[in-house]
Amino acid sequence: MAASVGFEAETEFCIAVNSDNDLVAARRKGRVLAEQIGFSGSEATLVATAISELARNIVSYAGRGEILLSTVGNGSSIGITVIARDQGPGIADTRRVLEHGYSTSGGLGLGLPGVRRIMDEFDIISAPGLGTTITVTKWKRR
Amino acid sequence: MTKEEIFAEATSVYDNYVEALETGTFEALQSYSRNLSERIIPRGVQTDEVVGIVLLLRDVLARSLFAKYQTDFRLLNRILDAYEPAANRIANTVAVGFVQERERIIREQQEAIRELSTPVLQVRERLLILPIIGVMDPQRARQLTEQLLRGIRANRARVVVIDITGVAAINSNVANHLVQTVEASRLLGATVIVTGLSPEIAQTLVNIGVDLGKMNTVGDLQGGIEEAERLLGYKVVPLTETTQQV
Amino acid sequence: MAVPILKQSHYLIATIQSALTDADLVQLRDALADKVGKFRSRGVIVDVTALDVLDSFASRTLRDISYMIKLRGAETVIVGIQPEVAFAMVQLGIAFEDVATALDLEEGLLYLDKKQKLGQHGSQRGF
Repeated sequence: MAASVGFEAETEFCIAVNSDNDLVAARRKGRVLAEQIGFSGSEATLVATAISELARNIVSYAGRGEILLSTVGNGSSIGITVIARDQGPGIADTRRVLEHGYSTSGGLGLGLPGVRRIMDEFDIISAPGLGTTITVTKWKRR
Repeated sequence: MTKEEIFAEATSVYDNYVEALETGTFEALQSYSRNLSERIIPRGVQTDEVVGIVLLLRDVLARSLFAKYQTDFRLLNRILDAYEPAANRIANTVAVGFVQERERIIREQQEAIRELSTPVLQVRERLLILPIIGVMDPQRARQLTEQLLRGIRANRARVVVIDITGVAAINSNVANHLVQTVEASRLLGATVIVTGLSPEIAQTLVNIGVDLGKMNTVGDLQGGIEEAERLLGYKVVPLTETTQQV
Repeated sequence: MAVPILKQSHYLIATIQSALTDADLVQLRDALADKVGKFRSRGVIVDVTALDVLDSFASRTLRDISYMIKLRGAETVIVGIQPEVAFAMVQLGIAFEDVATALDLEEGLLYLDKKQKLGQHGSQRGF
């Protein structure tokens, strides 16, 4: 029981995303954090890749926004939550964005279905004119 | 368990129980319950049996306290106030010890099985084979992919034969993983040949709409290795034939 | 940071040294498309060993490089994709079809040599 104590304390990082230059810093931070809490190399790569896609989404559609990274614990497991937040134009129908047949050729940063696949939890809140907040979590495999 | 064993264990449990009650320390009880768990788990004793014994003991002792102090209600109340939390904690300690021991054994076995179940073998320079046997679930498929990709890099493999003769059926999720494994291997420059697809697995792959242009399949492992050798430029010739030619 | 492009006999070799921004990648694409004509190169190798993430944009740009070089009459092979990166790419759903890949620089050179011998016949990838 003692093993899970101490994970409640969250490490938080906030990375401003204003141009594609910031993507590199954001995903590097994500990888470091993932490795710090014991993610395997491929899990850390998945987290870094998801951050990259989310940050690019911000740059492409909103111009600017931020990426928040934090560690999360639910008692028996530990993970990383990434929040991508912007005040951009927002999305009218979030479901369609996720349904959209993923294609690498289709526009910039339409990687949301891909992000949902590589992360364990995915949540999107958006409305026209109100910006977009996407929250994703990856749990460490035991 | 034999009658004698049950009696011996019950006596030990009782002794430990009383000691915990008298001293208020649980270390001896903890180590005893761990020790007990180690001995009885391999014999298939169930959690409810162990917990049942401890709870029974708790009730028996409580009854005896009742019997002894029923004339002095106030004293009985005070004694029960002390007894009940301690008795509950004892039951808790034993149950948790038992479950922890069982979880530890399960974890160990899982790791052992995982390591055994995915051997990446080099049969020739630049040629790896990966025979998969047993049940495939998404977690194992993921682990297998990672292991294979590392193997490809470490052995500088150009061709990989994945043999799934020993896998009876897979769900569409795992089938997708298989396709991903093939694609990821190609990204490292290795060609994958899949052999031993059962009719059921073939059906699943057709159902998920696999692109057959991406899947290189050969009927059985032998055929797969022959195809791999061909790709690598090897030609296997029987010894007698070569000597005749000389 | 610009990616250095080395000319070695008939081939161009671009070795990516560190994480690239989108702009760097686009610049690499344009530089390769330009140089392949200037030097009349027959093959291009892009070494991505140093990249720890290949997201959809990077993958798409690499694929564009491969297609553009093809249209300019040469072959491209991407070498050095790390196991973890390959794993993430397929999970993300990145299709890298029709893009030749090889383990490392050495294998990439072998691939291009083989292609040269085969001439323009057959567009099979890998080995």
